[in-house]
Amino acid sequence: MRMLAGIARELIGLFVDDGMLALAIIAVIVIAAIVASLIPGATAGVVLLAGSLFALLANVLAVQR
Amino acid sequence: MTWATFAPAVSAAFLGSLVEAIEALTIVLAVATVRGWRPAGLGAAAGLASLALIVAGLGPLLDRVPLLLLQLVIGVLLLLFGMRWLRKAILRAAGVIPLHDEAAAFAAGTAELREHRSRLDWLAGLASFKAVLLEGLEVVFIVIAVGAGRGLLLPASAGALGACALVAGAGFVLHRPLARVPENALKLAVGVMLSAFGVFWTGEGLGVAWPGADLAIVGFAALFLLVAALGAVAVRRPLEVAA
Repeated sequence: MRMLAGIARELIGLFVDDGMLALAIIAVIVIAAIVASLIPGATAGVVLLAGSLFALLANVLAVQR
Repeated sequence: MTWATFAPAVSAAFLGSLVEAIEALTIVLAVATVRGWRPAGLGAAAGLASLALIVAGLGPLLDRVPLLLLQLVIGVLLLLFGMRWLRKAILRAAGVIPLHDEAAAFAAGTAELREHRSRLDWLAGLASFKAVLLEGLEVVFIVIAVGAGRGLLLPASAGALGACALVAGAGFVLHRPLARVPENALKLAVGVMLSAFGVFWTGEGLGVAWPGADLAIVGFAALFLLVAALGAVAVRRPLEVAA
């Protein structure tokens, strides 16, 4: 049982290491999904790409503080 | 299918699997060194068999999932997985967190196993089994993520199998962990590629028409690499001044 719990924890850990980064990525995707439903075309893509890059940079810079 | 999709998918599967296979090999070798090849080999074989069962069981289900949903789910998971690797690689490149040292991991693994010398060999086999299963699941995820939905499962699988065979062969010949492989550079490269795939597929799942279609992945990878380099430089500078 303990081994299964350990494996489950490690499986979640595959995708979530830093909680703030994971939350930021999910937030960016939700915003991009809303934009995609309102504005057709590539606008949602710009939001998704720029948001992901910004989330990564902001998270790394936050480590410095 | 264009080279812009084919080459990144195969190389991402190969390089990502190389990293995971090295990590699994380190633990299997640690078990073999302390408890012998029998528990290490049996554990690894059981891990591989479990992986094969998981792939055989879940693989056919992929065809039943609608393509847009599959792309969205895999895209989101890829973004989480890829950016997690990228963040860690940036912080390691900047010297904020220590580099992953396979020799140190091997030493720690053997020391831990020696502490439990009185226990049965199956505990050592279990360590080998868990390492192969967990690292193997990461390999399976990378292959599905870069291959599914684009008809690239076979080439991505070939890339992953090639990497695993290469590492297993090297480990079998050398009988020691592959400490000289530039693991952080590999993780950075794979993190960049997986994040680029993640943005592309999440966008496709949301109905975004990317300019340049598949070629956009190359542009995304270049942007992620640029941001990674900027991040590493920005975080490293104050540490050097402080030193």
